[in-house]
Amino acid sequence: QYRKLDFKISEVSQEQLTPEAKVASHNNFYEFGLDKSDPAKNAQDFKVNPWQLSISGLVNKPLTLDYDDLFKRVPLEERIYRLRCVEAWSMVIPWVGFSLAELIKKADPKSKAKYVAFETLHDPKQMPGQRSRRIGGGIDYPYVEGLRIDEAMNPLAFLSVGLYGKTLPPQNGAPIRLVVPWKYGFKSIKSIVSIKLVDKMPPTTWNLLAPREYGFYANVNPDVAHPRWSQASERRITSGGLFARNRIPTLPFNGYGNEVAHLYKNMDLKRFY
Amino acid sequence: MLTSVKIIVHLAALLPLVWLYYGAINDTLGADPVEYVIHFTGTGALNILLLTLALSPAAKFFKKPVLIKLRRLVGLWAFTYAIFHLLNFIFFELQFDWRLLVSEIVKRPYITVGMMAFLILSLLAFTSINRIKRKMGKNWQQLHNWVYIAAIAVVIHFYWSIKSDIYQPALYALILLWLLSLRRSRIKVWLFK
Repeated sequence: QYRKLDFKISEVSQEQLTPEAKVASHNNFYEFGLDKSDPAKNAQDFKVNPWQLSISGLVNKPLTLDYDDLFKRVPLEERIYRLRCVEAWSMVIPWVGFSLAELIKKADPKSKAKYVAFETLHDPKQMPGQRSRRIGGGIDYPYVEGLRIDEAMNPLAFLSVGLYGKTLPPQNGAPIRLVVPWKYGFKSIKSIVSIKLVDKMPPTTWNLLAPREYGFYANVNPDVAHPRWSQASERRITSGGLFARNRIPTLPFNGYGNEVAHLYKNMDLKRFY
Repeated sequence: MLTSVKIIVHLAALLPLVWLYYGAINDTLGADPVEYVIHFTGTGALNILLLTLALSPAAKFFKKPVLIKLRRLVGLWAFTYAIFHLLNFIFFELQFDWRLLVSEIVKRPYITVGMMAFLILSLLAFTSINRIKRKMGKNWQQLHNWVYIAAIAVVIHFYWSIKSDIYQPALYALILLWLLSLRRSRIKVWLFK
C-alpha cells in the first residue's frame, strides 16, 4: 500500500532515530481518536488518492496539486528532524519531502501576504473525530494552523510526503503534512488540503481551544512552562522499553536556534509563546 | 467462600500488573511504555477506588453483606495501584529528577491534588491495620470518611491532566457523584455535625 520514493538521502544523523514502528504508532491525530494508538488503528482506510492541495490567497499564481504532483512538483529530499511534542516527549524522524518555501515561491506570493494559513481535510465520513465531539476531543474541525510568512519561508520549514523512504502512513498525516522542527508538534498540521497566503494572523486550532496554554508561535522553549507541566526537559522515544534512560534537556527552538532565532530577534518569547 | 472470593480479587488485581510490566519491559506496549504504565496504573487506581465505594451500596442492594468484608482488601489494591502510579511517574517519567518532582508538586495543580489524594490513601491504608484501627476507636471512622475527599481529588487530578477530552473525566465525575449521593445523609452528618 506504501510506495517507495525517490529522494536525495540525508547526511547521517548523530542522533539515534526513532524506530519506524514507533513513529507510525504513537500519533496525536484527534481526527482519528484521542489515544495515541487510535490513529494507527482507525486511519488505515483513509483515502489519500485522489487528493487536492490548493495554494491560494494573496498569490499571483494560485495552484492546485493533485496526488501525483505532491511527489513530482518539487524534487524530494530527506530531512532528519527532531520532533518535540508539547506533551514533553520527542522523536527523531527521517522525513521525505521538500521545503515549504519552494512550493510557496511557485505560487508567487504578493507583498501583502504576511501569514500562511493551513487547513486539514474536512471529511467527517472518513474521520470519526470530526463526526463526534467525544471521539475528536471537543475540537472544532477542520484543524487549522498558521505561520508568519518569514517562518514559512525559512529553509527548515518542510512539507513531508513520506518517512523512512516511503509515502506517509495515514496516521502520520498522509499524503502531505507540515513539519516545523523548531515548534511544538501540534504546529505541524497533517493531511493538508489548503495553503492560503493571508494578511492577518490566522486562527490556529489549539490556540482557539486553550489560548492560555497554546500560543500562535509555539516555539519550543525550555524557559516557558506549559501551565500544567514543565517544558525544561523531555523524554526521547527511541528503542528500549520501560528502563530506557531517555530524559534529556529541551533546547531552545528544539536545537535549531542557529537557523531560526533571528526570526524572533526583538520579541518577548515569554509573551509570544 | 469468602476466602475463594478474596483469592479471585487478589488475582484480578495482580495479574494485570504482571502483564503490564512484562509488556513494558519488553517494549511491546506501543511506542511509549512510560506513558502506558502511568496511564494504566492511574486509571486502574481510580477504577478500583470507585469499586471500593460501590461495595457498601452494592451489599445493601443485592443483600450480600459479604461484599462489605471486601472493602479493605479492594481499597488496599486501589492504594497499591496508586503507589505504582506514583513510582512510575518518579522512576520512568521524571527518571529520579527529585528537584523536578518537588517543583512539579508545588507548581502543577493537577499533581498537587494527585499527591493530596495519595497522602490521604496512604493514611487510610496505614490505619487499616487491625491493631491501629482498634486503638483509634471513634476517630477511625472520622479519618476514613476522607476517602470521599480522596476520590474527588483523584477525579480532579484526572480531569486537569488531560489536554482536551472532557467526556472521560465527566463520566468518572458522574459515577462518583452518584456513589456519593447514595450516602448523602451520612456525609451531611460528617460535614455539618
